[in-house]
Amino acid sequence: MSQQEIFAAIKQDITENDIVLYMKGTKSIPQCGFSAVVANVLTILGLDYKAVNILEDDELRQAIKDFSNWPTIPQLYIKGEFIGGCDIVKEMFESGELQDLLTEKGVLFKAAS
Amino acid sequence: MSVSIQELEQRLRDAFPDCRVSVTDLVGDGDHLRAEVVGPAFVGKTRIEQHKMVYTALGSCVGQELHALSLKTSAS
Repeated sequence: MSQQEIFAAIKQDITENDIVLYMKGTKSIPQCGFSAVVANVLTILGLDYKAVNILEDDELRQAIKDFSNWPTIPQLYIKGEFIGGCDIVKEMFESGELQDLLTEKGVLFKAAS
Repeated sequence: MSVSIQELEQRLRDAFPDCRVSVTDLVGDGDHLRAEVVGPAFVGKTRIEQHKMVYTALGSCVGQELHALSLKTSAS
Protein backbone atom coordinates (compact mmCIF):
# COMPACT_ATOMS: atom_id res chain seq x y z
CA MET A 1 0.00 0.00 0.00
CA SER A 2 1.16 3.52 -0.70
CA GLN A 3 1.38 5.96 2.18
CA GLN A 4 -1.62 7.76 0.73
CA GLU A 5 -3.69 4.57 0.88
CA ILE A 6 -2.61 3.83 4.45
CA PHE A 7 -3.42 7.40 5.51
CA ALA A 8 -6.87 7.02 3.90
CA ALA A 9 -7.42 3.79 5.85
CA ILE A 10 -6.40 5.48 9.13
CA LYS A 11 -8.67 8.42 8.37
CA GLN A 12 -11.54 6.02 7.74
CA ASP A 13 -10.87 4.14 10.98
CA ILE A 14 -10.82 7.24 13.17
CA THR A 15 -13.91 8.61 11.45
CA GLU A 16 -16.03 5.47 11.66
CA ASN A 17 -15.09 4.65 15.26
CA ASP A 18 -15.63 7.02 18.18
CA ILE A 19 -12.49 5.79 19.90
CA VAL A 20 -9.47 4.19 18.29
CA LEU A 21 -6.34 3.13 20.15
CA TYR A 22 -3.21 2.37 18.16
CA MET A 23 -1.28 0.12 20.48
CA LYS A 24 1.36 -2.56 20.83
CA GLY A 25 -0.46 -5.83 21.40
CA THR A 26 -4.15 -6.38 21.92
CA LYS A 27 -6.77 -5.17 24.40
CA SER A 28 -6.45 -8.34 26.44
CA ILE A 29 -2.69 -8.80 25.98
CA PRO A 30 -0.90 -5.46 25.60
CA GLN A 31 2.77 -5.90 24.67
CA CYS A 32 3.98 -2.67 26.22
CA GLY A 33 3.38 -0.99 29.57
CA PHE A 34 2.42 2.33 28.00
CA SER A 35 -0.19 0.71 25.77
CA ALA A 36 -1.52 -1.18 28.79
CA VAL A 37 -2.00 2.06 30.74
CA VAL A 38 -4.16 3.63 28.03
CA ALA A 39 -6.15 0.42 27.51
CA ASN A 40 -6.77 0.35 31.28
CA VAL A 41 -8.01 3.94 31.34
CA LEU A 42 -10.48 3.16 28.54
CA THR A 43 -11.64 0.02 30.34
CA ILE A 44 -12.13 1.88 33.64
CA LEU A 45 -14.28 4.41 31.81
CA GLY A 46 -16.30 1.54 30.36
CA LEU A 47 -15.55 2.70 26.84
CA ASP A 48 -15.95 0.56 23.79
CA TYR A 49 -13.02 1.16 21.47
CA LYS A 50 -11.31 -0.16 18.42
CA ALA A 51 -7.80 -1.39 19.20
CA VAL A 52 -5.31 -1.55 16.36
CA ASN A 53 -2.24 -3.70 17.01
CA ILE A 54 0.55 -1.93 15.15
CA LEU A 55 2.94 -4.82 15.85
CA GLU A 56 1.05 -6.80 13.23
CA ASP A 57 1.65 -4.27 10.48
CA ASP A 58 5.07 -2.69 9.94
CA GLU A 59 3.75 -0.25 7.34
CA LEU A 60 1.04 0.99 9.65
CA ARG A 61 3.48 1.19 12.56
CA GLN A 62 5.46 3.85 10.70
CA ALA A 63 2.46 5.41 8.94
CA ILE A 64 0.56 6.21 12.14
CA LYS A 65 3.60 8.08 13.47
CA ASP A 66 3.74 10.15 10.29
CA PHE A 67 -0.03 10.62 10.18
CA SER A 68 -0.20 11.97 13.73
CA ASN A 69 3.22 13.61 13.58
CA TRP A 70 3.93 11.79 16.85
CA PRO A 71 6.94 9.48 17.25
CA THR A 72 5.61 6.98 19.78
CA ILE A 73 2.92 4.37 20.39
CA PRO A 74 0.26 4.22 21.90
CA GLN A 75 -1.83 6.89 20.21
CA LEU A 76 -5.41 7.62 21.18
CA TYR A 77 -8.01 9.12 18.87
CA ILE A 78 -11.44 10.26 20.04
CA LYS A 79 -14.00 11.29 17.43
CA GLY A 80 -11.25 11.70 14.88
CA GLU A 81 -9.12 13.92 17.09
CA PHE A 82 -5.63 12.94 18.22
CA ILE A 83 -5.63 13.10 22.03
CA GLY A 84 -2.09 12.01 22.82
CA GLY A 85 0.08 9.20 24.08
CA CYS A 86 0.25 7.42 27.41
CA ASP A 87 1.46 10.33 29.56
CA ILE A 88 -1.11 12.79 28.26
CA VAL A 89 -4.02 10.34 28.48
CA LYS A 90 -3.04 9.38 32.04
CA GLU A 91 -2.72 13.02 33.13
CA MET A 92 -6.04 13.93 31.51
CA PHE A 93 -7.79 10.96 33.12
CA GLU A 94 -6.44 11.79 36.57
CA SER A 95 -7.38 15.47 36.31
CA GLY A 96 -10.84 14.73 34.88
CA GLU A 97 -10.08 16.52 31.60
CA LEU A 98 -10.50 13.32 29.64
CA GLN A 99 -13.97 12.82 31.10
CA ASP A 100 -14.83 16.45 30.25
CA LEU A 101 -13.61 15.92 26.71
CA LEU A 102 -15.74 12.78 26.31
CA THR A 103 -18.79 14.67 27.57
CA GLU A 104 -18.07 17.54 25.21
CA LYS A 105 -17.78 15.13 22.30
CA GLY A 106 -20.94 13.29 23.30
CA VAL A 107 -19.26 9.95 24.10
CA LEU A 108 -20.88 8.06 26.96
CA PHE A 109 -18.63 6.69 29.68
CA LYS A 110 -18.91 5.16 33.11
CA ALA A 111 -18.40 7.69 35.90
CA ALA A 112 -16.04 6.72 38.70
CA SER A 113 -17.89 5.04 41.55
CA MET B 1 20.66 2.00 24.66
CA SER B 2 22.84 4.14 22.48
CA VAL B 3 21.89 7.51 23.91
CA SER B 4 22.96 8.26 27.47
CA ILE B 5 20.86 10.04 30.06
CA GLN B 6 23.48 12.79 30.15
CA GLU B 7 23.21 13.23 26.39
CA LEU B 8 19.41 13.45 26.55
CA GLU B 9 19.58 16.00 29.38
CA GLN B 10 22.08 18.04 27.40
CA ARG B 11 19.81 18.08 24.33
CA LEU B 12 16.91 19.27 26.47
CA ARG B 13 18.99 21.96 28.20
CA ASP B 14 20.18 23.22 24.83
CA ALA B 15 16.63 23.35 23.51
CA PHE B 16 15.03 24.73 26.68
CA PRO B 17 17.64 26.96 28.33
CA ASP B 18 15.02 28.65 30.53
CA CYS B 19 13.53 25.40 31.81
CA ARG B 20 14.22 22.96 34.61
CA VAL B 21 15.28 19.67 33.03
CA SER B 22 15.70 16.23 34.50
CA VAL B 23 15.95 12.78 33.01
CA THR B 24 15.68 9.85 35.38
CA ASP B 25 16.09 6.13 34.92
CA LEU B 26 12.90 4.58 36.24
CA VAL B 27 14.01 1.01 36.77
CA GLY B 28 17.80 1.17 36.48
CA ASP B 29 18.08 -0.54 33.10
CA GLY B 30 18.93 2.60 31.09
CA ASP B 31 15.94 1.84 28.90
CA HIS B 32 12.89 3.09 30.80
CA LEU B 33 13.32 6.80 31.27
CA ARG B 34 11.32 9.75 32.43
CA ALA B 35 12.01 13.26 31.23
CA GLU B 36 10.64 16.28 33.04
CA VAL B 37 10.85 19.74 31.51
CA VAL B 38 9.28 22.64 33.34
CA GLY B 39 9.45 26.29 32.43
CA PRO B 40 8.19 29.28 30.50
CA ALA B 41 8.87 27.70 27.09
CA PHE B 42 5.53 25.90 27.47
CA VAL B 43 3.33 28.85 28.38
CA GLY B 44 0.20 28.84 26.25
CA LYS B 45 1.00 25.48 24.61
CA THR B 46 -1.29 22.46 24.67
CA ARG B 47 0.07 19.22 26.11
CA ILE B 48 0.39 17.77 22.63
CA GLU B 49 2.40 20.81 21.52
CA GLN B 50 4.57 20.61 24.65
CA HIS B 51 5.36 16.94 24.13
CA LYS B 52 6.05 17.50 20.45
CA MET B 53 8.57 20.22 21.39
CA VAL B 54 10.36 17.76 23.67
CA TYR B 55 10.32 14.99 21.06
CA THR B 56 11.76 17.40 18.50
CA ALA B 57 14.53 18.45 20.91
CA LEU B 58 15.45 14.83 21.63
CA GLY B 59 15.66 13.96 17.96
CA SER B 60 15.18 10.72 16.08
CA CYS B 61 16.12 8.42 18.99
CA VAL B 62 12.56 8.78 20.28
CA GLY B 63 10.47 5.87 19.11
CA GLN B 64 13.59 4.15 17.77
CA GLU B 65 16.52 3.09 19.98
CA LEU B 66 15.01 4.84 22.98
CA HIS B 67 12.45 2.26 23.97
CA ALA B 68 10.41 3.76 26.78
CA LEU B 69 10.35 7.45 27.57
CA SER B 70 7.73 8.96 29.81
CA LEU B 71 7.27 12.73 29.49
CA LYS B 72 6.14 15.35 31.95
CA THR B 73 6.00 18.94 30.84
CA SER B 74 4.47 22.06 32.30
CA ALA B 75 4.84 25.80 32.23
CA SER B 76 5.42 26.10 35.96
